[in-house]
Formats: sequence, C-alpha cells, structure tokens
Amino acid sequence: MEEKYAITVDDLTVAYNYKPVLWDIDLAIPEGVLMAIVGPNGAGKSTLIKSILGIIKPIAGSVKIFGKPYSKQHKEVAYVPQKGSVDWDFPTTALDVVMMGTYGSLGWIKRPGQKEKKASLEALEKVGMLSFKSRQISQLSGGQQQRIFLARALVQNASIYLMDEPFQGVDATTERAIINILKELRKAGKTLIVVHHDLQTVPEYFDWVTFLNVKKIATGPVKDIFNDGNLTKTYGINYKVSVQE
Amino acid sequence: MNFTEYIDLLFTDYTLQTITLGTAVLGALCGMLGSFAVLRKQSLLGDAISHAALPGIALAFLITGSKDSNTLLIGALISGLVGTFWIRGIVKNTHLKSDTALGLILSLFFGFGMLLLTFIQKMPNANQAGLDKYLFGQAATLLTSDVWTMCVIAGLSLLVLLVFWKELKLMLFDADYTKSLGFNIKFLDVLITFFIVVSIVVGLQTVGVVLMSAMLLAPAAAARQWTNSLSVMVGLAAIFGATSGVLGTAISASANNLSTGPVIVLIAAVFVLISFVFSPKRGLLFREIRYWNNRKDLQLNKTLAFMYHIVKTHENIDHPHAIKILNSFQGFTRKSLQKLEDREYITLNKSMWSLTEKGFEKAANLYNQSEENE
Repeated sequence: MEEKYAITVDDLTVAYNYKPVLWDIDLAIPEGVLMAIVGPNGAGKSTLIKSILGIIKPIAGSVKIFGKPYSKQHKEVAYVPQKGSVDWDFPTTALDVVMMGTYGSLGWIKRPGQKEKKASLEALEKVGMLSFKSRQISQLSGGQQQRIFLARALVQNASIYLMDEPFQGVDATTERAIINILKELRKAGKTLIVVHHDLQTVPEYFDWVTFLNVKKIATGPVKDIFNDGNLTKTYGINYKVSVQE
Repeated sequence: MNFTEYIDLLFTDYTLQTITLGTAVLGALCGMLGSFAVLRKQSLLGDAISHAALPGIALAFLITGSKDSNTLLIGALISGLVGTFWIRGIVKNTHLKSDTALGLILSLFFGFGMLLLTFIQKMPNANQAGLDKYLFGQAATLLTSDVWTMCVIAGLSLLVLLVFWKELKLMLFDADYTKSLGFNIKFLDVLITFFIVVSIVVGLQTVGVVLMSAMLLAPAAAARQWTNSLSVMVGLAAIFGATSGVLGTAISASANNLSTGPVIVLIAAVFVLISFVFSPKRGLLFREIRYWNNRKDLQLNKTLAFMYHIVKTHENIDHPHAIKILNSFQGFTRKSLQKLEDREYITLNKSMWSLTEKGFEKAANLYNQSEENE
C-alpha cells in the first residue's frame, strides 16, 4: 500500500548570504501525525517551516503539499508564526486578528461577513479567549497572544498546521490548553508540525519527531528514534534525556 | 493682513481658495498614507524619498527646459522611485541595515540634487529662478491644475485603500502570514510604496524636500495616540493632516512673509505634541495620573492587607482593634485611614478601628486579583 504524505520535501537547501541554513533536506511527513521539529538555536527549524510555506525561497529543492506545490495548496495549510514576529502594538482587536484567518479562503478584495465572524468567535471560544474578543491586542498577555494566533490558524480550517514555537513564553495552563487542542486536531485527522524546544515533553506530546541541525539528522516515530544517540548527534554534546516511562 | 481679513479673503480670493484647498487635500492624502508608513516602521523612508526626488526635479528641468510643475514632478517621481528601490536593493543584497541604506541614499541623492541646482543657477540664459522653491516649498505657487492633480491622486489612493483594505491591513500586521495565505505580497508592497512615493512627490511644491516627511509622519503619529482601530487611525490622520494644511495656510497668509510649508509642519507638530500629552489611553499626562493613583491605591492596599492579617485571627470580622497596633507598621497615616473609611472598608471609632464586611472581602481578594486584572 502506498503511504499518503501530507508534506514531502526533496533536496531542500536554503542559504542566507551564502551561508547554508538548511542543507539538502529530504522529508516525508505522513498524514495525521503530530510532529515535533527539534534542534539547537540556528538549526534552521523556523526556516524549514517558512520554506514549506513558500515564505522563503530555497536555492535548491522542492516542497509538495499533498503532491502539489504550495501555491496551489495554500488553503490546506494553516500557519502559526512565532509570537515575536509581529508588532503587538498594532491598532487592532483580538477578534480582528482571528478574522484574518478567514482572509485566505475569501481571496482578494472580498470582505469577511457574518459567516466569517461566527467562525472566528467559535475559534476564540475554543481557545478560551471569547471574553477578550474586543480587547486591544497589546493589552493581552503573552499566553493570550499565543492563543489568539492559534485561534487564527483554527479558523482557517486547514488539513495541515505548521506552528513555530507555540509554547514559547506561555504558562503551564496555556501550554496544557494548547496541547489539548493540538491532540484534538490530530484525532480529527489533521497533520501538525510544531517547532518545539522542551525536549522533556516530546514523548508526552508528540508521536513523530524530526531532528534538525542544518542537515536532517533523523525523522520518524518518537518511540523509535527519540533516543540519546540522535539527541547527541543533533545537539553536539553528550546528551542524556530521561525519557519518561 | 490680520485673521479676520484672511477669512474675508478666503471667500473672495480665488488664489487663496486654491492654496487652502491644495494644502487641505495634500494634508489628508499624506495623513492617510503616512499611517501605513508609520505602521510599517518605514517612517524614515519618507525622508529618503523626498530628498531623493530633488535631482529628478533638476534633471527634468535640464532636459525639458520647462518649469511646469507637472513635468518637474514626473522627474521627482522617477528619481524618488529609483531611490526607494535602490534602498530596498541595498537592504536585501548587502549586510547594511536599513537605516544606513536610507541615510546613504538620502545624502547621495540630495547632494547630487544640490549640485545640479547650483549648476543650473550658474548656467547662462537659464531662467532658473524658482527651482529652489522645491527645497522648502512655496504654497503660493500652487495653480488650479496642481490642486486638481492632488485631488486625483488623493481620490486614487482612497480607492486603492478601500479596495485592498483587507490585504493591506493583513500585510501591515503580519507579512509572512499574508504570504502563507496565498496573497501576492510583492504586489501589495509595490502598490502601497508607489502611492507613498506619489503623495510625497505631489507635496514637494507646497512643503518642500526637506520638510516633506513630517507631513507624512506627524498626522499619523498623532492619530495613533487616540485610537486602537486602523480605520479610525487612517481617518483621523487624514483629518489632522487636512487641518494642519488649512491652519498653516491661514497663519502664513495672516502673518506677512511666513513660509507656508514650515508653518504647516509646525501645526502638525502641535497636533503630535497635544496627542502625546493628552490622549486618554496612551498620553503622558493620563499615564502619570494613573501611575499616581496606582501608587496611592497600593499604599491603601498595603494598610488594608496588614489589617486583614490581624482580623483573620479573630472570630468576627468587625472586632475592634486599637490604632496603636498599626504603629509597628509604617504604611498608614491618619489620612489613609480616613480614606479607607470613606471607601467603607473600615470603621473608625476613637482610637479603635474595625474591618467591615466589604473591607474584609476586598483584602481577601488582594491576594488573588492578579488573574482578575489581566
């Protein structure tokens, strides 16, 4: 039986100013996994996600979403950027930011209407932020801003979710709330790719993992490949992680 | 001419009407597009563009020999656009940061422009008088045709903003995300940059190369203080810009020999000053007031918390205690006790105090209000 891949990456190489950031990456991500991308700072984790999304142009290689190029498949993919990538003092409200998730399916010029507003309110409720809908976004805490970004991705109603450090700077409650939503999405058959930093929680949260450090070190099910050998190869020091039983 | 004479003249004098309308439309146009420049953190770009336009004006004159403002402005537009895209090229392809690139291009183009201007001045037979008005602007030279140009450009800009509002807003807030949704961000970027350049160029005749960027930034910076909605901000910036234009023209026409451009810019600066001090949410004044109120509240809360710890050990809340036992604690004065009583948190009876039900609740909540306040 031929396995169905949500994302396939072939020979992907990306460089900033002649310095390679990603080197010859091959990746086949099966549909329906909840995958972590782990690696040290500067390993190219965010770059990999941005390359998949077509935000960064690679110098070589190709990316396919369900067998087709991204430009034809952008409605299948939702993106949660790093929280720090935007200016939270921008004059807008929480609901407004979530509504932005509907812009992709609306296409050019068409404005969001009642249907889009309803979907956005539902997404806000799902992340527990409904009561903050009219709040100016600079008045939200870091965890709340992260939830707003998650809600914006949820409202896209995509098949694939690419998330860049969704747990960065959030408290334990928010982390738990977010991981529950991610697990729910996986149960609904969605594919999730998450840049993750906390190695301790990888076995608990994810079922698939990719080790990245400019080159791809390993990719596969957590239970098979999440071990000290791969961690040492990725982080370059003799790494011992106490895998929880 | 005094101010009343000015008002009389405004209704009768065609030239003054033209100039007033021109500066108003220019102010509105710049305010509107300036909001986008400010929110994109491209404030300095306006300064670079306007300076970069100067050699274009001089070259257009050298090539055509005409001083018609539309011809010169097309030259300004071309060299402004060349400057803009050169800056972007430098940022994209070298290690230089954008402030360095902006400064470099600004000085380079301005220097070249000044060189050409002095060259033109020394030319025999050249009817060069008047080109230097583009340095500081001269609203008095505005013709009906110039105002028409401004109106058409303002109308076009408004149309573009309305049509692509959703996309432009998205790009302003989160460019990468915009790209991930399948929108052509290059098109949006070129579109908004083009209109910013055009609005700067049409303002050069009135405000001049040196001060033009203030027209773009001041109304937008002022408007940001009063609202948390992008559409309101753009509208307010247009109103502030138009008002600066009208008031600036009025003042410079009322007082003899005051150059219009600088007066308009100063009026716009007054808007910024007022906005930064008096805006209720973001202004310095109210922030200071809130700060003092918070400090005072904190003082009271400290006292209340201390009382709470004493009362907690007793069966009934309203059990009276001597004020004297607060002596070991520095955070109270007669005045603050009075304030607590005014708020019905405590009752005072000679040298004794006791906590009320309301005060007890308030004190108990002090410890878990962090959630509430978020």
